[in-house]
Amino acid sequence: MGIVYQPTKALLDVPTHYCPGCTHGIIHKLVGEVIEELGILDKTIGVASVGCSVLAYNYFACDMFQAAHGRAPAVATGIKRGNPDKVVFTYQGDGDLIAIGTGEVVHAAARGENISTIFVNNCIYGMTGGQMAPTTLEGQITETSPYGRDLKTQGYPIRVSEMISTLDGATYVERVSVDNIANLTKAKKAIKKAFNNSIKGLGYSFIEVLSTCPTNWGLSPQDSLKWLRENMIPYYPLGVKKDTNKEDK
Amino acid sequence: MGEKFLMKGNEAIAEAAIRAGCKCFFGYPITPQTELIAYMAKNMKKANGVFLQAESEIAAINMVYGCGGTGVRCMTSSSSPGISLMTEGISYLAAAEVPCLIVDVVRCGPGLGGIQPAQSDYLFLNKGLGHGDFNLPVYAPASIQEMIDLISEAFDVSDLYRTPVMIMADGMLGQMMEGIEFKENKKRDLPEKTWAANGLGKRNKHNIINSLELNPEKLEELNLKLQEKYKIIKENEVKYELYNCENSCDLILVSFGITARICKSVISLAKEDGINLGLIRPITTWPFPNEAFIKTLGKSKNGYLSVEMNCGQMVEDIKLAVNGKEEVRFYGRTGGIVPTVDEIYQYVKSIIGGM
Amino acid sequence: MVIIGGILMAKVIFKEERCKGCGHCINICPKKIISFKENFNSKGYHPAGIDENLMSACIACASCGKICPDSVITIER
Repeated sequence: MGIVYQPTKALLDVPTHYCPGCTHGIIHKLVGEVIEELGILDKTIGVASVGCSVLAYNYFACDMFQAAHGRAPAVATGIKRGNPDKVVFTYQGDGDLIAIGTGEVVHAAARGENISTIFVNNCIYGMTGGQMAPTTLEGQITETSPYGRDLKTQGYPIRVSEMISTLDGATYVERVSVDNIANLTKAKKAIKKAFNNSIKGLGYSFIEVLSTCPTNWGLSPQDSLKWLRENMIPYYPLGVKKDTNKEDK
Repeated sequence: MGEKFLMKGNEAIAEAAIRAGCKCFFGYPITPQTELIAYMAKNMKKANGVFLQAESEIAAINMVYGCGGTGVRCMTSSSSPGISLMTEGISYLAAAEVPCLIVDVVRCGPGLGGIQPAQSDYLFLNKGLGHGDFNLPVYAPASIQEMIDLISEAFDVSDLYRTPVMIMADGMLGQMMEGIEFKENKKRDLPEKTWAANGLGKRNKHNIINSLELNPEKLEELNLKLQEKYKIIKENEVKYELYNCENSCDLILVSFGITARICKSVISLAKEDGINLGLIRPITTWPFPNEAFIKTLGKSKNGYLSVEMNCGQMVEDIKLAVNGKEEVRFYGRTGGIVPTVDEIYQYVKSIIGGM
Repeated sequence: MVIIGGILMAKVIFKEERCKGCGHCINICPKKIISFKENFNSKGYHPAGIDENLMSACIACASCGKICPDSVITIER
């Protein structure tokens, strides 16, 4: 018997605390598979953030940091500047990255830090029980937008990938999704490209992964994928927003 | 025997740090420590180190967390309002036991305050540097020479105990110039950093730099482990100077940093009038030199006088140390005003005269 | 490799204890051969699985393995 597919060795063989059907599990696997396939488990250092994925340091087999809310790109900068030969990534949710962490991600990108950020966007604050996020869509009902997000008083959702791609230091920015196998495959390819860029020192890579939160959306895991397709993709279009890498020949 | 230099305090700190093996500096401009980061910007590269101006003090302290967590010797510096921003990061550093050096070139607060020197971060740095049960060693040098001698010591203490370490330098020390010597300081025997999350390498178990612990029993264990560490630091790392306290004194002054030097001038002045004053000069304000007070109990005819550039922040530590056995008074100036020898002496005379 | 009647047999192994009953694999399987089993795992979920008699219909596309958030599934051929 040959192995067609098996759990990656870059994730520890432990159960996770994520809700049934949560896309964090899928995205963790994609990152893990990329680390394994590129053979960089021994020199990768990941930075977990604050959100549902706060315990990611218990799931990845590489050395891990747990960073304060929003600060992962700064922590990653410190790691990378002190250890230029290591591959460093941050793994952040929408509150962590684009609410409290806006300054840190913008400047890590502007500086062109040779790291990758995996941005898990599910339009809501999962861990704290379903509050509005900077990426919550107009009309979306959350704990802190109980009548639906009102643009006039609660502002406009942020298209982070587009924003980050305006920074010269960000050389590769792509928005992907894990709602079906075709998109999942593209997502893995994007993550692999990001990590390859980091290995080659080609600047800052940013991968926004559209994700679900069945628990706080109040939908089944499968209906959540449908909601993502019907509501998130139209506002947050998939695709490469920027790819300016010039490889050293 | 080292070369003698005339250097500004801020620049001397930077040079001393580089010589002590600091490999990475992350900081943000703020008066009155900006010369420190400018010096780092110029000289870190020459020393094959890393200088990075962060986008904020919040980012800077988190860069230190990342770098220090991989076992690389690193530091940041700021001034009071910037240190306020760093408190979250410092709590994380202490909890995750990440070594590093932080320098606070103190200016007067609260709020945006002024840019003139003060000592108004005493309680902040020694008691309230962040949320949760933690402390970290705080050094209060009184001269640039002492400050640079302490830098290498501070880095070693940081590595030895896996704790962030703070240098509390009043703004005067950062800005003034003095003749100094970079000495080869005695190095400690430091353990290997097997805990560092610097890449799996040949290890088969990953290292994690973390302060989250949701299990109450385990979190209590972590807290008690930190407290045990602080107990050992208190037993071994306290530093102070007893000046002119051998015999009976009319009064014992208690002062740190630049004010302590002014107090020494007050002691000289008082001698001319036949008044014998002593001085306790804490060099570590955490751990606080309680034993200095135990040693001097009964020697002063008029108790202790805390002289500080703030509103009396060290008074409670002195009161705790003397435990009600002696009178503790306070004289100070704030707002960035440095008290003069004369005005302190007048106050001393008013106490002694009144007895 | 197990060949039956000239066709490579796929074998899908489910780590039942890890399954959270989310249903993604069931939903994604193009051959519709995955279903929730009768038993419960220790976490109280009905784990997903493939009936013995349906295993031969598996085309080893590994969609189930890929979409599973909990690394429950290994596919061999």
